[in-house]
Amino acid sequence: MQEPAVLCRAVAKTYDTGETQVPALRGVDLEVHPGELLMLVGPSGCGKTTLISIIAGILDQDAGSCRVFGRDFLHMNTREKLEYRARNIGFVFQAFNLLPPLTALENVAVPLIINGAARRTALGRAQEILERVGLGERSRSLPAQLSGGQQQRVAIARALVHNPRLVVCDEPTSSLDHETGHKVMELMREIAMAHDRSLVIVTHDPRIFAFADRIARMDDGHIDSVTTNGVP
Amino acid sequence: MYRIALQMLMGDRGKYFGIVMGLTFASLIMTQQPAIFLGLMARSYSFISDLPLPDVWVMDEKVQFVDDIKPLQDTELYRVRGVAGVDWAMPLYKGLLKARLANGMFQTCIVVGLDDATLTGGPALMLEGRLEDLRRSDGVIVDTDGAREKLAKPPATPGGKPVPLKVGDTLELNDHRAVVVGIAKVTRTFQSQPVVYTTYSRATRFAPRERKLLSFVLVKAQPGVAPQELTRRIRQATGLAAYTREQFQKITIDYFLKNTGIPINFGISVTLGFIVGAAIAGQTFYNFTQENLRHFGVLKAMGASNGTLLKMILLQAAVVGSIGYGLGVGLTSVFGYAMRHSILAFKFPWQLLLFSGAGITLICMFAALLSIVKVIRLEPAIVFKS
Repeated sequence: MQEPAVLCRAVAKTYDTGETQVPALRGVDLEVHPGELLMLVGPSGCGKTTLISIIAGILDQDAGSCRVFGRDFLHMNTREKLEYRARNIGFVFQAFNLLPPLTALENVAVPLIINGAARRTALGRAQEILERVGLGERSRSLPAQLSGGQQQRVAIARALVHNPRLVVCDEPTSSLDHETGHKVMELMREIAMAHDRSLVIVTHDPRIFAFADRIARMDDGHIDSVTTNGVP
Repeated sequence: MYRIALQMLMGDRGKYFGIVMGLTFASLIMTQQPAIFLGLMARSYSFISDLPLPDVWVMDEKVQFVDDIKPLQDTELYRVRGVAGVDWAMPLYKGLLKARLANGMFQTCIVVGLDDATLTGGPALMLEGRLEDLRRSDGVIVDTDGAREKLAKPPATPGGKPVPLKVGDTLELNDHRAVVVGIAKVTRTFQSQPVVYTTYSRATRFAPRERKLLSFVLVKAQPGVAPQELTRRIRQATGLAAYTREQFQKITIDYFLKNTGIPINFGISVTLGFIVGAAIAGQTFYNFTQENLRHFGVLKAMGASNGTLLKMILLQAAVVGSIGYGLGVGLTSVFGYAMRHSILAFKFPWQLLLFSGAGITLICMFAALLSIVKVIRLEPAIVFKS
């Protein structure tokens, strides 16, 4: 049997705000399979973002284990963690988080440059992926010159350019209108899901639930239910 | 990543110019004010540095600086000439005498009396006339700045420009007639008084009658005799103070540093320039980093190490520091060049470049440090906060 892309067991995380301690995750168990698009849904403050931060290796859990492609970030030193993250994980953010002074092409090339690619090679690869998301013509545009949907497509291209095995997305459609959000999700399924890549998407947007393979519903720091969904 | 760092830096033009301007201002203040200070200090000993020929200056042991004249008896000259190792020794008169101007006003002048026979100690650069013209009756040589400014004749028409003193004009020095026989270029003195050269005998005739009139004895060491050694011998043999040129310059500077408020005043200016520059540049640079924190977080989440981000910030600081420093030093140089013929004292040695460079480096390091701490402590999870 194929190893899960993500395997979380009894993951717990508590935020210490100084005066009080706020439990964000209270023993989460979750599996994400290779080639699967899993959506994490639930009310605000239920721990979705904390969970994907731990899955992505940008936040350490207090207890439990969270293995990504067989390795737990908690057992890596800082350098290993950075390298593992740089090679294996792509990010798509709600606010796009593109670097404003960089062109779309340069933004997309950033993960490759972080991974040590030569600038020319990185830009060449970035141009290819931008063309795949339909923005080949806008590669020289600055983020401010692009619409919200275009910016998110650039962000998707950036998340995929280094061919990661896992892509984590935080509310990728919440800043977009329905039609644009739908197109972005189509793009995600079409391009991001290739090569057995796994996607974990945090969302509030019920209009895109149909794109998920499975939906994990969270509440109060744990997963209530995981349901299988049909792909449109 | 370095290119990205520069693009981030220059992407926000307003902030970028703010940081550069802050550093330019700091660099300008840290070079221009010390340059004026050094210029003033150099003027304090300009009378010594303008006389390269003598190796040793002999004077009364109570003299504290070059303008602190405590005259000697003329016979001291012969005692100095008798010291072993002295190649030659010449008298020099230096005193403040009043010149009566054509408009009836008085102007204090530095009158320098040179040895009648050799004219040792005369100005190195004659603009008009010759040094030997001092041997003409009542002859004096006037420095060009004094001739153009403080000793200039009244304008021919009311409201016009004063007419510079020229060769052939006469002066009244302490009720004695003096004829201008030459114009010379000399370094301005600390008080920017006109300098008038004449022979020793004439200078002592111009000066009020006193028993002692010899200000300094200028001494040349014989070949093979070190000036330092000669000063020791002269002190031992005559009981007079004897200094090499460098020693006398240092004594003069030390006097001004210890007994005037000049270093404190300029020190305050430079310190304020440093603090204001550091505050502006530090604050703007910090704000710049603060506003880019999310982007640094994105880079961190994508796998950029703290070391990489630290190098990016250091590069940004180095770039704005270099540009600000260059602009500041450039502006100071332009200022110095523009003021080269004015009364303003200005001296810009290479050491000052190092001084201001160190100051700007400190400011940049301070600014970068604030930002680095912030970025290193940054949790990459910030990227998921909307």
